Amino acid sequence: MLSTFLAVLRRDLLLAWRGRADVLVTLAFFIIVVCLFPFGVGAEPNQLRAIAPGVLWVAALLACLLSLHRLFAQDYSDGTLEQLLLSSEPAALWVMAKVLAFWLSTGLPVVAVAPAMGLLLDLEQGGLPVLILSLLLGTPILALLGAVGAALTLGLRGGGMLLALLVLPLFVPVLIFGAGAVEAELSGSGAAAHLLLLGGGLAGALALAPVACAAALRISTD
Amino acid sequence: MAHPVPSVFQSVPMLEVESLACLKGDRLLFRDLAFRLQAGGLLRVAGPNGVGKTSLLRLVTGLALPEAGEIRWRGESIRRAREAFHGDLLYLGHAAALNDLLSPLENLRFACAAAGDAVDEDDCVQALQRIGLADQLDLPARVLSQGQRRRVGLARLFLSNARPLWVLDEPFTALDVRAVADLAATLSQHCDAGGMVMLTTHQDAPFARPPEVLDVGVFAC
Repeated sequence: MLSTFLAVLRRDLLLAWRGRADVLVTLAFFIIVVCLFPFGVGAEPNQLRAIAPGVLWVAALLACLLSLHRLFAQDYSDGTLEQLLLSSEPAALWVMAKVLAFWLSTGLPVVAVAPAMGLLLDLEQGGLPVLILSLLLGTPILALLGAVGAALTLGLRGGGMLLALLVLPLFVPVLIFGAGAVEAELSGSGAAAHLLLLGGGLAGALALAPVACAAALRISTD
Repeated sequence: MAHPVPSVFQSVPMLEVESLACLKGDRLLFRDLAFRLQAGGLLRVAGPNGVGKTSLLRLVTGLALPEAGEIRWRGESIRRAREAFHGDLLYLGHAAALNDLLSPLENLRFACAAAGDAVDEDDCVQALQRIGLADQLDLPARVLSQGQRRRVGLARLFLSNARPLWVLDEPFTALDVRAVADLAATLSQHCDAGGMVMLTTHQDAPFARPPEVLDVGVFAC
């Protein structure tokens, strides 16, 4: 049962490594978007400190969105997706493997550099652990929801724009609770409630998104 | 005269297609298409370009859903018994399902693992050597020629003897004369061993015995 899962995970991680320029582009995008804000709103430390959680979260969300279209596009055009759909294993399993590999190769690097970008915006040190935790819980939700959107827009003309329209509204709750967790921690009210909600969201997305994604892939390849 | 009693296995045609209709966009490609494929059968799907040969193959594999009609495998609708059916099926489509960043060996190993075939690296190396890619095992697939790419996909045939039903879309395309003869021999062998092959092709392949022909054009709308 796990052999397909592991085969897909191993292959996608290997492909991410061979095509690591794409991963670096996503990371560079995240860094540049964060760096744009001091130019836009002025380098006033108090102001930057106040908007830092939101800026970091929006940048992480956009970086995820930027790379989402890659999730199935290559497999769709070279026929691998058809072969995967013909596997006698449940499709939700290997979809989960693809999303996990996607998150490990794009979400995790963003989470890793986020603390450094937090310091750039003068985010208080006390907020950094909660920032990391909220990103660790939140970015997998973005990847899972985004995968459903990517599957639905597969093979469509202008699919990238449609994908953004489709998934950005779904990303809003994740953004609210993710950025909210850091702000709540800094204001002293504690981030537990926000983080628990993100955790609950992640559990829900893990249970439902792969199934929805698999169904969407079947429709897209029909 | 006592006839030999056919076993249940033989008396039930293994692949049955009944009154199949295929809609592409808003155009009905064919309707009332029906055929049976029994163990040992070699079926060639014929017809001019655009008549729906590939669409028919995709319907038979379950990748696409028919507008009407039913496809049964071992007496059960393939939509109900999807996982069992896919365990018995090998489908090689137009696209070779190769990733350009991976070597033929990595591609083949992944294809087998994803399909759920328990084959190890040695089996894959042997299959690739047999199909004539011994020198290209570790090159990235993007440097392969069309014929070589096709061969990587076809190497799965050597590892899929346990799957009775092979559905092949234009398997002879881009192959040289010798490879065409080898492939025809492999397919004939599979049929002789009780397997089934359904394929589309525009060229006359040297099969050991002539294939049955299903002309999709007859059912065209």
